[in-house]
Amino acid sequence: MPKLIKNGRVIDDAAEILVLDEVQGPEALNLPDGPVFVPLAVWQAHKGALSGRAGLGVWLDSSESVDDLEGDLDSIGAIALNFPKFTDGRAYSSAALLRSRYAYTGEIRAIGDVLRDQFFFMQRCGFDAIQPKAGKYSDAQLEEALASLKDFSTPYQAAIDQPEPLFRRAQRAA
Amino acid sequence: MYRYDPYDQKIVDERVAQFRDQTRRYLAGELTDDEFRPLRLQNGLYIQRHAPMLRVAVPYGLLSSTQVRKLAHIARTHDKGYAHITTRQNVQFNWPELKVVPEILAELAQVQMHAIQTSGACIRNITSDPFAGVAGDEYIDPRPWCEVLRQWSTFHPEFAFLPRKFKIAVNGADQDRAVIQCHDIGLELKRNAAGEIGFRVLVGGGMGRTPIIGEEINDFVPWQHIITYNEAILRVYNRYGRRDNLYKARIKILVKALGVAEFKRQVEEEWAFGKDGANTLTEAEVARVAAHFTTPAYEALPGEDAGYASQRAANTAFAAWTRRNVLAHKVPGYAIVVLSLKNPATAPGDITAEQLDLVAEWADAYSFGEVRATHEQNLVLADVKQADLFALWEKARATGLATPTFGLLTDIICCPGGDFCALANAKSIPIANAIQARFDDLDYLYDIGDIELNISGCMNSCGHHHVGHIGILGVDKNGEEWYQVSLGGAQGNHTSIGKVIGRSFAAAEMPDVISKIIDVYRAQRQDGERFIDTVRRTGLDPFKLGVYGEAAIIERKQHA
Repeated sequence: MPKLIKNGRVIDDAAEILVLDEVQGPEALNLPDGPVFVPLAVWQAHKGALSGRAGLGVWLDSSESVDDLEGDLDSIGAIALNFPKFTDGRAYSSAALLRSRYAYTGEIRAIGDVLRDQFFFMQRCGFDAIQPKAGKYSDAQLEEALASLKDFSTPYQAAIDQPEPLFRRAQRAA
Repeated sequence: MYRYDPYDQKIVDERVAQFRDQTRRYLAGELTDDEFRPLRLQNGLYIQRHAPMLRVAVPYGLLSSTQVRKLAHIARTHDKGYAHITTRQNVQFNWPELKVVPEILAELAQVQMHAIQTSGACIRNITSDPFAGVAGDEYIDPRPWCEVLRQWSTFHPEFAFLPRKFKIAVNGADQDRAVIQCHDIGLELKRNAAGEIGFRVLVGGGMGRTPIIGEEINDFVPWQHIITYNEAILRVYNRYGRRDNLYKARIKILVKALGVAEFKRQVEEEWAFGKDGANTLTEAEVARVAAHFTTPAYEALPGEDAGYASQRAANTAFAAWTRRNVLAHKVPGYAIVVLSLKNPATAPGDITAEQLDLVAEWADAYSFGEVRATHEQNLVLADVKQADLFALWEKARATGLATPTFGLLTDIICCPGGDFCALANAKSIPIANAIQARFDDLDYLYDIGDIELNISGCMNSCGHHHVGHIGILGVDKNGEEWYQVSLGGAQGNHTSIGKVIGRSFAAAEMPDVISKIIDVYRAQRQDGERFIDTVRRTGLDPFKLGVYGEAAIIERKQHA
């Protein structure tokens, strides 16, 4: 079973990330049983039919805006944000916006070109699930990669994981 | 200057450990070249023509003598005995081996230094006025604000993978000495009518392929909000800046595409959410940081030291040096000294390990143990007693650091160019040295007066050629190195982008071309006006005529 990092631990995960065409009707979607992530466009086209389905997630590409999910967030259990390339940093802002402006409390999952050297930044921006591509890391390597979540123990700025900046958290001597 | 507390030190130490592990995984084949590239770049490590090049951060140009000694040690131990001062006030080493870079970073961390975010598509080293705290025209010291922003921008998790690099500069004086109009964000410290401190905010300036002068999007952001305001700008840029084309990915392209009014609207809409949030600065934090930039223990001295006056009268070489390289200080009896790195025998901005050690010694003896690096690639001792100037000059002269040409034609800003840089289209150092060799007569240089000649080896404009009064750009024509000349660029309060005068030149022609340009200026100048004023008054035509000759101009017009 594929693995992912959830809340700082490696777990098994069965969710499928579906690449679908929104023009297909919901009946034609033929969604597999169990947890799935459907593309934003499919969600938007078939909200009514998909709403409330157990294990339903929506995934967004880096060019897609989380603002388009405003109003839907209560019906979506998990959101995956795709990194088409790990150097495309838009999903960091998307995750931060979901957690802060939209107060989203469901899972936010990093998918796509997800590498351990960015885990720390992802976690800080509100990703609680991190899913490197299948085969990118062996199980042992993924366990080892957990260390990257702890690259820095006391960051300066406020972010999602630490909503106060260092200058408010700590008494720093002049 | 700012000294690390245990929090700052821990972050830098953890960075060393992180990069050590990343380098180990790269060398073990666990990280691909593509995966390692941004990681090493965000540590200032380029793969260059000869070896990796390591760019060490010098936050807003400030160095302690201890740090300078460490740089000397690194130059001696891990490099070929010299270092290079960059146009972002940083220090570069051209010859370190990849596998020893973690060791170099560990050594730097011992003296509160690092290479964090000196390259890559992230917020770069924040630059500022090299005369901060000592210039007479300063109204607000920019250094504490630079440090506050440095900490905020260090490993900012949301902005580590921006569309492109992002540069911020801060100035707090009458004269802009930080090129704030040519930065992604330019900040000008000011006071409002009530006397409160805030920032005028410019965005979308930059050099590079498409030089653009920044535009104001807010005339006064109160100091408490400067972090949240910057975050709003960065978030709009991170979300909407172009990522499909490297050449159109800087924030200036986004600002131009949206128009500054729409860009401002988006920023302020975003800011409404972050404003007054946790990142709002506190008086306690600003006071804590500002306490590191206290006034040194100046002595009460007469405004004019009698010995200094007689030394100048007795020694013309000393007098010449003081005329150019010694600047007025806000405290009576003190002076700002520019240690020139423009000795014609060396590459502009280069300094040897031995010289670095000596500079550290002079800093301790004469300038409260501090040194500054300038974006014009010189070093500054900012707090020297007039009574010490002669002794300092003798020592500097003995080691080639007293070239008396600050602000003159041969005080050239020059990138490392094709001799070192893998990005360059053409070499730049030999052009600089050839021009310096042509103009080796000091009296003639003094007659030409204030002028800025900047050379970049490629469109990336590290040598700031767009804002040189004379700008030289290395271009590639069918695999050959050619040089394009522009005139009329300027930095400072009246920033302007130079205009290309015509067809480009071979390297060997360049000293003649500069001679012809200077001849035109000397023939055209009125009432002692500076070179840039003449260019602005006459336009380019007389210069084109002087450089290309009448026949060439006529031919060009016929073909137009």
